Amino acid sequence: MPKLHIQYFAILREQRGATEESLATVASTPRAVYEELRARYRFSLPADRIRAAVNDEFVAADAPLRDGDRIVFIPPVAGG
Amino acid sequence: MPFRISSDPIDPVASQQTLRNARAGACVTFEGWVRDLNDGEAVQSLEYEAYAPLAEKEGERILAEAQSKFPIEAASGVHRVGHLRLNEVAIWVGVTAQHRAAAFEACRYIIDEAKARLPVWKKEHYATGATTWINCATRGEHTEKTR
Repeated sequence: MPKLHIQYFAILREQRGATEESLATVASTPRAVYEELRARYRFSLPADRIRAAVNDEFVAADAPLRDGDRIVFIPPVAGG
Repeated sequence: MPFRISSDPIDPVASQQTLRNARAGACVTFEGWVRDLNDGEAVQSLEYEAYAPLAEKEGERILAEAQSKFPIEAASGVHRVGHLRLNEVAIWVGVTAQHRAAAFEACRYIIDEAKARLPVWKKEHYATGATTWINCATRGEHTEKTR
């Protein structure tokens, strides 16, 4: 099974109770990975309010994932 | 053109010095400060968190867009992270240009895009002891406050 590295920030970090983790999964897109994690950790935000980044670059929710990718899920931003 | 995420306090005077150049006849800067009220709720402090590698990359893309849209000489920005008290500087943007119109417009463009696009999050701490992650409330929870 492909292994991914997940990094959490802000509300997701608090709801997960961790800043990062490794995940072995058959989910093949960021959206599918998020849905899997949301079901497991009861994240409050639905997938359509989350953006994804892979290896420090924004990607589409249905972008293909590769073994070893680093994923960050991005809740609605509030800088400035 | 650099855009940085900083855990150290922002020094507007030092930041502005880095933009000095002989061609510039105008310098416009913007500082976003921590204020004491949001949506009628007394705010005591703010916590900022950033996905720094992507925030800096996206910030530099915004600066490059400003450079291509407006006739400016230079632009830079800094966003603070960590726990900020009232009146601390959360974000600083500076632009130089030959003439003021371009400097004003580019500075406005950069701060508007930065607020909308940087992967940076803000948690408000209220006088009541409650906290909330801004923009992250979900349906059925008007404010998503936790004690």
